[in-house]
Amino acid sequence: MSLRRAIAVVLTGLLLGGAAPGALDTDNPQAEQAAFQAYFKNRFPSLPIAEFGNGPYAVNADMRKQWEEIMQFPPYDFALDEGKTAFETKFADGKSYADCFENGGIGVRQNFPYFDTKAGEVVTLDLAINRCRQANGEKPLPYQTGLMVSLTAYMAETSRGRPFDIKIPDDPRALAAYEDGKRYFYTRRGQLNFSCASCHVTAAGQRMRADILAPALGILAAFPIYRSEWGSMGTIDRRFTTCSSQMRSEPLDPQDKSYRNLEYFLSYMSNGVPISGPGTRP
Amino acid sequence: MPSTIRVRAMASGTQTDVQALIQHPMDSGFVKDSNGVLIPPRHIETVTFEHDGKPVLIADWGPAVSKDPYIKFAFKGGAKGDTLTVTWIDNQGKTDSLEAKIA
Repeated sequence: MSLRRAIAVVLTGLLLGGAAPGALDTDNPQAEQAAFQAYFKNRFPSLPIAEFGNGPYAVNADMRKQWEEIMQFPPYDFALDEGKTAFETKFADGKSYADCFENGGIGVRQNFPYFDTKAGEVVTLDLAINRCRQANGEKPLPYQTGLMVSLTAYMAETSRGRPFDIKIPDDPRALAAYEDGKRYFYTRRGQLNFSCASCHVTAAGQRMRADILAPALGILAAFPIYRSEWGSMGTIDRRFTTCSSQMRSEPLDPQDKSYRNLEYFLSYMSNGVPISGPGTRP
Repeated sequence: MPSTIRVRAMASGTQTDVQALIQHPMDSGFVKDSNGVLIPPRHIETVTFEHDGKPVLIADWGPAVSKDPYIKFAFKGGAKGDTLTVTWIDNQGKTDSLEAKIA
């Protein structure tokens, strides 16, 4: 059985007839997105789409109560301050981050990652920040913690409430990147033999030991996050590499092509979910 | 340099509820860095909350308190517009202070 067919069989089984069989195996991202979102709406019927950006707090009342208390003093507050200062500081050549982004970098998080039709690859916000630095003669930042988190936190904060608006341009390479991200998402890996979908689609909202598994729909809307388990902030890369090693598989390098394609796929699937980052997670 | 202190104080009836968050590494002195070298202890020793110049809470903290500590308490008195001063001093002599108005 081909991988794609296997995915389609597993998922249509889960959809309980909610969508036409094979809807997720169409080479038509739009139809796949509709089926993906329909699955989660079926699963959590009372949840408005905007709530999916709040991850586990959207689906568990007890955790939500604790979260609301945490949010009186959001632990990412200090990072936001640092990010704002860094964002507004000029590089040695007199330019700043604002010169590299549309609308001066304010309120643009929902458009990332995008497919760069010139370079033929997926560009994430983190990658764009480092390319901006390099174009202006600065050293690139490490991807998982530190200033990169603060910068993306600030840029996400200015985009809060704006729904994900990821486009797949009419370019076979863009479709291939989307398909590659989809393949990564549904492929089982590691000693535990889990795929991303095992937890975040099949078991979304259920407990994995003491944790509530966040639904895959809108799962990236809150990034970067302050994670209590880490005791600090982290980017999407930090979360992806942690996920990989939790499945006891070898994590890829941050901003590896597969991780970027995965981010592209997940963000496209979440079109319509508003940006809620920076966020906090247990 | 942004402040390392966030504070919110609300007067309600005869008492004032105070919440504060302090940015501090709170290194215990028992943890090694990625090169295997001990990170020297650096933790807050004293936190003081003063209402109009009079201390309402003095806390002695040690290495067991978590990183970026959060504190919540209430004291009798306090009215809207009064000044609340928060100060911390750590074992390396570093310090920060913030004045806030009770809401």
